[in-house]
Amino acid sequence: MNLLVGALTIGLILALLGLGVFVTYRIYRTLDLTADGAFGLGAAVAAALLVRGFPALLATGLAIVAGMLAGALTGVLTTRLRVSPLLAGVLTSTSLYSVSLFVMGSGNVSLVSADGFVSVAERLAHRWFGLPESVTLFGAIVGGGSIASLGLMLLLAVATALLLALFLNTEIGTAMRAAGNNPQMARALAIDVNGMVVLGLCLANGLVALSGALMAQYEGFANIQMGIGALVTGLANLLLGEALLGRRTLGRLIAGAVVGAVAFRLVVGAAIRAGLDPNALKLVTAALVLGVLVLPRLLRRSGLPTEAGERV
Amino acid sequence: MSSVALRLEAVSHAFHAGTLNEVRALDAVELELERGTFTAVLGTNGSGKSSLLNAIAGSLAVAEGHILLDGREITHWPEARRARLISRVFQNPFTGTAAELTVAENLALAEGRNGRRWLRRTLDRERRAALENTVAELGMGLEDRLDSPIGVLSGGQRQALTVLMATMVRPSLLLLDEHTAALDPRSAEQVIRLTHRAVTAGNLTTLMVTHSLTEAVRLGDRVLVMHRGRVAYDLRETRRRRVREHDLLQLFDQLRWADRLDESAAEMLRRAYL
Repeated sequence: MNLLVGALTIGLILALLGLGVFVTYRIYRTLDLTADGAFGLGAAVAAALLVRGFPALLATGLAIVAGMLAGALTGVLTTRLRVSPLLAGVLTSTSLYSVSLFVMGSGNVSLVSADGFVSVAERLAHRWFGLPESVTLFGAIVGGGSIASLGLMLLLAVATALLLALFLNTEIGTAMRAAGNNPQMARALAIDVNGMVVLGLCLANGLVALSGALMAQYEGFANIQMGIGALVTGLANLLLGEALLGRRTLGRLIAGAVVGAVAFRLVVGAAIRAGLDPNALKLVTAALVLGVLVLPRLLRRSGLPTEAGERV
Repeated sequence: MSSVALRLEAVSHAFHAGTLNEVRALDAVELELERGTFTAVLGTNGSGKSSLLNAIAGSLAVAEGHILLDGREITHWPEARRARLISRVFQNPFTGTAAELTVAENLALAEGRNGRRWLRRTLDRERRAALENTVAELGMGLEDRLDSPIGVLSGGQRQALTVLMATMVRPSLLLLDEHTAALDPRSAEQVIRLTHRAVTAGNLTTLMVTHSLTEAVRLGDRVLVMHRGRVAYDLRETRRRRVREHDLLQLFDQLRWADRLDESAAEMLRRAYL
């Protein structure tokens, strides 16, 4: 039971990563490698502030700002200096590795004694709902902190997804989608495409950094390696979600990013429980992404019917 | 305000400037468009007519000269800023619309062309209803497909919507870039009729690049023939003077003749001096 609650919580934290990747991959059709650096940076900033006694909310908020700045840097590299999006992401991400090290002061920061969101959630749940220290769920004893964290993450992930959906249906959000879908048309309709690209990258990497900051607090440590493979993990979440919910509407795509992240963690949790070496996790993730992207094409070649208009 | 909507002063632009491959796309072009007039631009391939349109729209940053719209210098304005005043219909019907966005969303974006975009909902009930009426006026039955991605519509339908998008908020200048060239004859006719209706209703200043002599004499009050980056012929009041396709063809023949003369003259000089 503890494993299940843990997998669900991590899935919901990574749902925010999935939403960030959704913005760059589905709206702008670019693979933004800034995500790897921004995830680690979010973790680093939150950890460094928490060990200095900053409240969890402020530490997490500043981690989001740091991620947005990272996105803005990539945005400026692509729009003003005309660096290709892929290279710009790699450059930012690589330099963020050093930045995160500076921020943390070392490669690993323990948050065991810090007051992260887990203990905050536990305290609030105790005060407002009288949540006891441990709960019996289906015959298993689960810590109150775990339950409170899960509740808070569920709230946060759903609220973020809703806000993102609302935003994308505002005038600025619609202009942003147009800029990603057809830049030439967007310019002809007086949309500042470069500005929209920077804004989108800020938004995406703010979400990714938030995910990293929460992950560090949940795991109880920040590690300089944390961000490695974040983009691929986010992609895996996204693609799994699309496989589950389809991609006919914006709402489905956004919900898919959340559902996919949770489903992915559940599968991973089950696989590890069944004896999968946790070290193989990234390999399996990459293989899954490749499989989802390539399988439709292979199926088409073999003559089996697939969804029309599908493109990798 | 004066009666001149658009004014080009000595606008020049060369591709591959300073190399052997230098092409003078625009060679000191001087042009004035009267407010509310329809000007058709003809020309051979590479004559500079597309460059002229791009220079005005801002997708081509000209090397020399000045471009003034309604008396304001816009030479150094980026394309998106000019688009608040200048609307444009492209040759490719897929260029003017965002395929993944719905018909209503595309139209709403066009409606916001000349203002600030903010965090208001793009499509509230009121706005959607207003757009439904606007689309219904096209008489193409597209009002029932407001929530479909515009990418599922045919090229003709998309181009008709692009014309609507370019004219629903009155532009200071409408640019048409061979906007029927990629359509089948039936759709082309429909788009031309729609264009004519919108231009007349809004009394729009229009500049249309075209390959079709028929369209040029049918729609244009004035016909420009471009050649080698210059305005070679400038025919005014073409409709009143009943200029026909045949007359324009003759002009093209003259240009071709002049070209040959140029070449032989150059050859003669080469023989004499080298």
